[in-house]
Amino acid sequence: MSRRPYVRDLSKTGWWLNQPRYVRYMAREISALFVGIYVLILMAGLLGLSQGEVAYEDFLETAEGPVGLIFAIIAMTFAVYHTYTWFQVTPKAMPLMIGSKRVPGPFIVAAHWFGFVVVSVALWLLAGSQT
Amino acid sequence: MNQSNKPIVWGLFAAGGTVSAFLVPVLILITCFAVPLGLLPADTLSYERLSAQLQNPLSKLITFAVLFLIIWHAAHRMRITAHDLGVRNDTVVMLICYGTAAAGTLLTLLALLRI
Repeated sequence: MSRRPYVRDLSKTGWWLNQPRYVRYMAREISALFVGIYVLILMAGLLGLSQGEVAYEDFLETAEGPVGLIFAIIAMTFAVYHTYTWFQVTPKAMPLMIGSKRVPGPFIVAAHWFGFVVVSVALWLLAGSQT
Repeated sequence: MNQSNKPIVWGLFAAGGTVSAFLVPVLILITCFAVPLGLLPADTLSYERLSAQLQNPLSKLITFAVLFLIIWHAAHRMRITAHDLGVRNDTVVMLICYGTAAAGTLLTLLALLRI
């Protein structure tokens, strides 16, 4: 047994702070927290909707307050970062072959961004349509 | 042979991640910024409009599926991230993460059925 065992001086909590690529990794993972909270807020809105107009108006007032707006800006940033990182790994997660040729990674990523724009525009138009 | 449940869990995780990637940015844009900035009509998120739209069973189903996939994706990722941040009590982390997701799922289901 070694008399002076090597102990790495590494914080269990802050190990990712020293290297930019670990910081990016943590930002990607922590995006789930903000996306999760945002979805919980949407769920609270649905609950309000199910309880009637007064409950829903109360929800809207809280959600559209300053705290809600600041949260929305942070959540938006992380959500877009999640999208970026998620699309970035798609060529690795699901490589695509046409015949015996591998479809180039940047092409797969670009196709996802194209889909993203189409879906976003469609939802936007749907939300704005007067029915 | 032992069958692993990992493919199903991973399938759901991947589906949730993909749905988040495509939908969450535009959803935040519509639900948080569009009306205050005057980019969409003021009644976009009104009670009448949304509750009318959610009378449709298909709307209910899509809403439920989207919220379900995203919340479970986020919950699973937060569980793994807690480990990365040095929280090693996985049982407690699991209870908090999956418990929140389960509560949210149940709440969404009940709310949608009542609308």
